[in-house]
Amino acid sequence: MDPKTLTHLQRLEAESIHIMREVVAEAENPVMLYSVGKDSAVMLHLAKKAFYPSPPPFPLMHVDTTWKFQDMYKLRDKAAKAAGMELIVYQNPEAKAKGINPFDHGSLHTDMWKTEGLKQALDKHNFDVAFGGARRDEEKSRAKERVFSFRSANHRWDPKNQRPELWRLYNAKKAKGESVRVFPISNWTELDIWQYIHLEGIEIVPLYFSAPRPTVERDGLILMVDDDRFPLRDGEEPVMRSVRFRTLGCYPLTGAVESEAQTLPEVIQEMLLTTTSERQGRAIDHDQAASMEKKKQEGYF
Amino acid sequence: MTTNDPIYKTDALIAQDIDAYLEAHQHKTMLRFITCGSVDDGKSTLIGRLLYDSKMIFEDQLAALEADSKRVGTQGQEIDFALLVDGLAAEREQGITIDVAYRFFTTEKRKFIVADTPGHEQYTRNMVTGASTADLAVILIDARKGVLTQTRRHSYLVNQLGIRHIVLAVNKMDLVDYDQATFDAIVADYKTFADSIGIEDFTAIPISGFKGDNITGPSEHTPWYKGPSLLPYLEAVEVDVTSDQERPFRMPVQWVNRPNLDFRGFSGLIASGTVRPGDEVRVLPSGKTSKVARIVSLEGDRDLAVAGESTTITLEDEIDCSRGQVIVAAKEPLEVADQFEATIVWMDETELVPGRAYWLKIGTQTVSATVHEPKYEVNVNTQEHLATKTLDLNAIGVANITTDREIPFAPYAENRDLGGFILIDKMTNQTSAAGMINFALRRAQNIHWQATDIGREHHANMKHQKPAVLWLTGLSGSGKSTIANIVEKKLARMNRHTFLLDGDNVRHGLNKDLGFTEADRVENIRRVGEVAKLMTDAGLIVITAFISPFRSERDMVRSMMQPGEFIEIFVDTPLEVAEARDVKGLYAKARSGQLKNFTGIDSPYEAPENAEMRIDTTAMTPEEAADLIIARLIP
Repeated sequence: MDPKTLTHLQRLEAESIHIMREVVAEAENPVMLYSVGKDSAVMLHLAKKAFYPSPPPFPLMHVDTTWKFQDMYKLRDKAAKAAGMELIVYQNPEAKAKGINPFDHGSLHTDMWKTEGLKQALDKHNFDVAFGGARRDEEKSRAKERVFSFRSANHRWDPKNQRPELWRLYNAKKAKGESVRVFPISNWTELDIWQYIHLEGIEIVPLYFSAPRPTVERDGLILMVDDDRFPLRDGEEPVMRSVRFRTLGCYPLTGAVESEAQTLPEVIQEMLLTTTSERQGRAIDHDQAASMEKKKQEGYF
Repeated sequence: MTTNDPIYKTDALIAQDIDAYLEAHQHKTMLRFITCGSVDDGKSTLIGRLLYDSKMIFEDQLAALEADSKRVGTQGQEIDFALLVDGLAAEREQGITIDVAYRFFTTEKRKFIVADTPGHEQYTRNMVTGASTADLAVILIDARKGVLTQTRRHSYLVNQLGIRHIVLAVNKMDLVDYDQATFDAIVADYKTFADSIGIEDFTAIPISGFKGDNITGPSEHTPWYKGPSLLPYLEAVEVDVTSDQERPFRMPVQWVNRPNLDFRGFSGLIASGTVRPGDEVRVLPSGKTSKVARIVSLEGDRDLAVAGESTTITLEDEIDCSRGQVIVAAKEPLEVADQFEATIVWMDETELVPGRAYWLKIGTQTVSATVHEPKYEVNVNTQEHLATKTLDLNAIGVANITTDREIPFAPYAENRDLGGFILIDKMTNQTSAAGMINFALRRAQNIHWQATDIGREHHANMKHQKPAVLWLTGLSGSGKSTIANIVEKKLARMNRHTFLLDGDNVRHGLNKDLGFTEADRVENIRRVGEVAKLMTDAGLIVITAFISPFRSERDMVRSMMQPGEFIEIFVDTPLEVAEARDVKGLYAKARSGQLKNFTGIDSPYEAPENAEMRIDTTAMTPEEAADLIIARLIP
């Protein structure tokens, strides 16, 4: 017979599905972390494929900060329902009580809502494995993280003490209290993600496409005024700009890019012709040198 | 053309016709390769250069890179590409790469995943890790230094891991004035070595990662070199992604998909071959056969699935099949065995303990396995075989392995997915070693056909120990149970398989119908002797703590055992000392007449005359006694 040459996307898909099935076969209580971004969308789609005709045999969990874009909340609820999966939304009660927000609290916002919130949520539900949509091409410290990445009982990552990962053999053994973060799309690049979304017709948040949106320019970032909680400074007046987002997070922390790209091919075209990297639109990575590595050691996803 | 002009400009199609570009990109193939070489050979610089030349570096990264280069770079005011890829803060400070990092870039023809692995010796495990998923290896050599120990080590490992495409990148040619004689001498030197370890073919390219010579296109500095440049070579090299499809069908079952009673699907990644509905298949190790009914997918049933794809199939018959079993072409089954010879790369700080049970994960199956004392360790620099009793971190050796059940497998040289395994420490859960099955041992096949062949020797071999009976005898209160308990704990720490038969405990169950008359005492000891014998047949080290007052019964038990297996230990405590201790208050009861037939009071104790050991409990602590006993057992 004629051999069938697998494309790079077919090889990546097969690998991701294999990883997810290993987790389901070996974990006691897995969960899929779902951030509503394009990477999460691809991960969820792969999960549907991996377990069809069963629904993915684990819940989706959104560690919420209450500061996401409204469009994200809409798609989150819709996507979970369509996949036939339970959706768990967790909001750190302490952060909620203290009214932690990105305007007044700086990096504490990320620490409490996301880093602490995630730890609390995992502990509360006794999840022993959590899927995450991180990719190795995103950032330097991610480039050497394992697919199965171990966390101590207090959720810390030790980059110097990672288990060797060979062939397609993942060692999922762990002691009680320890947990594993598993990254099924580790080997996908930003272009692969876009291409796959295009190829498979995966629904993503409309914020990835350009549209006229109310914005202000602040500290070199174009920020969208997504709801009336956005405190305008003296003289600041929201301006309608044709913008879209390359990554999605908390709306006050996520910079938009001016763009006319309204279709997926146009978005991909813009991405390929652009001269700045994907995470540049995120405020938290610029805090300090090696900031992501430090955050990860502390338990940030 | 000047060497610093990258020919890999952004694909013109992106701007002109994005749909056409996407269509083309969608059909690109993928090459996974590993870069390896000695410290300072310029690996990180080369990868940084590949990313830069294939436009995978953005303006903001470049700006950060330029700033970093001036601050901590090693290339003066020029861009230090190594800083692009040296990720973790710790290694940035040390200026060396300490782990496996994966990089991604795409050219017009291919998508690439690069495993960037360290050069220095203590991180060999990371190199093996990176090589395990690579289709090709780029081995770097510093043109000023030539073939080094590390070069030989990495070439040997790459070859062991089954990588058939090797590029010898002779780097830093700019520092030897692009001298052809230097290049030729290095290539000749390497060829001699490559031949000696069985590397059949390699492609040598003179490059400068720093200056960009022969990376994307021919360099004007090396007019004497007529071969391909690095990137065009990587784009064109034929990778055997399809050759696995031509082999017989094998799919390790990962997960059984059971959404309802009407559907039972078997999910897995196809390790080799192809599958279509109607194909006859066999499930191993059970050997049951059936036919493929459907190949199920989210997009609808498929009529073909091939090696490398994750799939779900259903069978026409309801046969037993679960995770860990392998579905294979019915007429071309896999070999099934429980004893293997394997090449093992040790990856743990804690050295190999021969005889200890580890988890062995192969394919989708995890079994318990013991590694026997290595046949030899390989000196990876000289490929000499060295005698050894263990393997420590980064050591490579060959040893036999026994698994606790039969597993379907293929030799690693035939199939990585069916012949590669990891060993997991049962205590720490660390991945202790990577292994590659060379072949099954013939012995395993005999056992497969004649289950009665599993005798006492086999049991003992599996536990990697010599069975024995440590028979502690002495008065009540002499300290037998205390010492026996310590001995067992110490042996357990040494990974010996033991069982402690204690007088009082046995009388709660097996011997609860017996009293303390002389006849009952004899029967008590006879039964305990039989149990101990069965346990030694099972390969165990049995520790007993019975008063066993009569010489004849102790001798009877001795005669049941194989010569040398019975070790009589006289726990010698004078009656007055034991009575003074009277831990259980029994002496007092005996003295007052409430307890009849009490040894030492109204029933005799016949002290051993030719005991293997005598423990004087008035002269040593129970700890010391236990150490003495273990020293006698395991010299």
